Amino acid sequence: MTRLANAFGKPHPALVCFVTAGDGPTDAVLDALVEGGADVIELGMPFTDPMADGPAIQLANLRALGKGTKTADVFRIATEFRARHPEVPLVLMGYANPMIHRGADWFADQCAKAGVDGVICVDTPPEEDAELGPFLRDAGIATIRLATPTTDAARLPQVLETATGFLYYVSVAGITGLQQAATASIEEAVSRLKAGTDLPVAVGFGVRTPEQAGAIAKVADGVVVGSALVELVGQHGDDAPAKVRELTAALANAVHSAKETAA
Amino acid sequence: MNETAHPNSFRNQPDDRGHFGQFGGRYVSETLMPLILDLEKEYVKAKSDPAFKEEFEDLLANYVGRPSPLYYAERLTEELRKDAPEGMGAQVWFKRDELNHTGAHKINNCIGQILLAVRMGKTRIIAETGAGQHGVATATVAARFGLPCVVYMGAKDVERQQPNVFRMRLLGAEVKAVKAGAATLKDAMNEALRDWVANVHDTFYIIGTAAGPHPYPELVRDFQSVIGKEAREQLLERTGRLPDLLVAAIGGGSNAIGLFHPFLDDPSVKMLGVEAAGHGLDKDHAASLAGGSPGVLHGNKTYLLQDEDGQIVEGHSISAGLDYPGIGPEHSWLKETGRVDYTSATDKEALDAFQLLCRTEGIIPALEPSHAIAAVVKVAREMPRDAIICANLCGRGDKDIFTVADALGVEL
Repeated sequence: MTRLANAFGKPHPALVCFVTAGDGPTDAVLDALVEGGADVIELGMPFTDPMADGPAIQLANLRALGKGTKTADVFRIATEFRARHPEVPLVLMGYANPMIHRGADWFADQCAKAGVDGVICVDTPPEEDAELGPFLRDAGIATIRLATPTTDAARLPQVLETATGFLYYVSVAGITGLQQAATASIEEAVSRLKAGTDLPVAVGFGVRTPEQAGAIAKVADGVVVGSALVELVGQHGDDAPAKVRELTAALANAVHSAKETAA
Repeated sequence: MNETAHPNSFRNQPDDRGHFGQFGGRYVSETLMPLILDLEKEYVKAKSDPAFKEEFEDLLANYVGRPSPLYYAERLTEELRKDAPEGMGAQVWFKRDELNHTGAHKINNCIGQILLAVRMGKTRIIAETGAGQHGVATATVAARFGLPCVVYMGAKDVERQQPNVFRMRLLGAEVKAVKAGAATLKDAMNEALRDWVANVHDTFYIIGTAAGPHPYPELVRDFQSVIGKEAREQLLERTGRLPDLLVAAIGGGSNAIGLFHPFLDDPSVKMLGVEAAGHGLDKDHAASLAGGSPGVLHGNKTYLLQDEDGQIVEGHSISAGLDYPGIGPEHSWLKETGRVDYTSATDKEALDAFQLLCRTEGIIPALEPSHAIAAVVKVAREMPRDAIICANLCGRGDKDIFTVADALGVEL
């Protein structure tokens, strides 16, 4: 968790990059993200039924599972990443069933051993936190909560109650990768969230280009990019790392300098 | 059955967080949570509103055609007695929910949910469908209330259920073929959830079975409980007593929970849910209770077909309506408490039962209740002649004639 605090404690906004474990040459893709300047890595755990994801990440899930990616492979990828990059925070993102299948205590223990810093479980809202959250937090793993445009003022305290690490603001009511919200509405939402928490707020869903990422970075602590990177992995396969490094560098440049140009 | 270990009542589930014991709950993304909470509030209000009840009952009576008859299947009973041991061969009665408007029990629930949608001011309806029966029922109520309707259906199911696809289109619904994943019911449900999450402001999702996030399992059960309430009254009136055994097929389990629920606190009434064993429980099947384990999918915790990593495994059944890798959470709970027994029937057993009912009673059943009939065939011979079995004939077989012809090697 210290790694997450350090990443969001830098003098510039953080670039958070998502790719799916087991899709393409994942180890080399993760290295490319770090080399390109990503501050936080989100590693997607593939699932047969990714209900909250748009077409790009759905296909990545199927490609990864089609290649026989297992939960053990996800933890192998995380463990080796941690060995190569001792300081870069790594967050697992996915759906409840693969996380709880062998027991939440087992999962939390594996996360801790692999050097995972946090977990985003898309389909476990605060109401079902008991399923997974206490086990992760006891193991020192952050439980990163999602807040959305439909999370109203009455509900927000409940979301924040079990949130650790950072808060992930889903800027559009929808699935990953498709539309983008107006920057003005994001700014208003981020300030509403920050009134209720000291946690850093990262904004994602539908962020594809350096221009979009830079605009959001002006008003948030971090920007999450997923589908655009995952598409590169899908298109270029073994040649993806160079393309991923290139896009990540452009995104990092825009995100890291956003607040300088804003002043 | 060990009655001392039981709760005071089996009819007061779920708890206020939507849990049936360890099952059920609300495993949805944050975007949907506020909407699910709204729906729950609205449903609680509607339940105690006499106007809601009155409109629901009026539509069931005059639009759906309820109450559905209770029928004593005399010729089937006699047929089963022929090779039963001396003094054995229970009376077989059918609750005729296949005679409802649209040909299945699905419409009961759709009437209830569209009334909720209207109360909540929603102006667009979505649904998922496997065999197409729930899609047809949803398209029907959407037409009746003048709301636009989108039905998500796996591309494979669109192909094998063309008549129902055309019915939905005639009723004004847009049928979207889902090519994602395995292109069957579970993928249609994923896609409906994706639509819903992007259109929460104006869209109501009419879920077709007693599964999904709370309060769906509860409200679908309540709307379908009209089956069991009627059956209980009709059986008491016609036979002077409660039945010995209730039997119903289970995919998600809405017709079964609808029949069972009003009888759950009658200790003398045994119940049997029948899952689809497909090619056999050691091969491809859709029997989540018999061959699955607890997990989380589509908003609830329940028994699922899954592999050692918690990845969902495709179900298989000759009946597209039973071809789902999960089951409603209340059934998972009823299995664990031991209140309801669960068994399964293979494709072949269901096909045999289908033909038996055609020939003995002049009723062409859907392949879903053919699984229940297959179980009746097995158990009736082991029960005394004065015992009463009531099985739910939850759908008619018109939609299945092509599948059955194909399975029997007949070219139409």
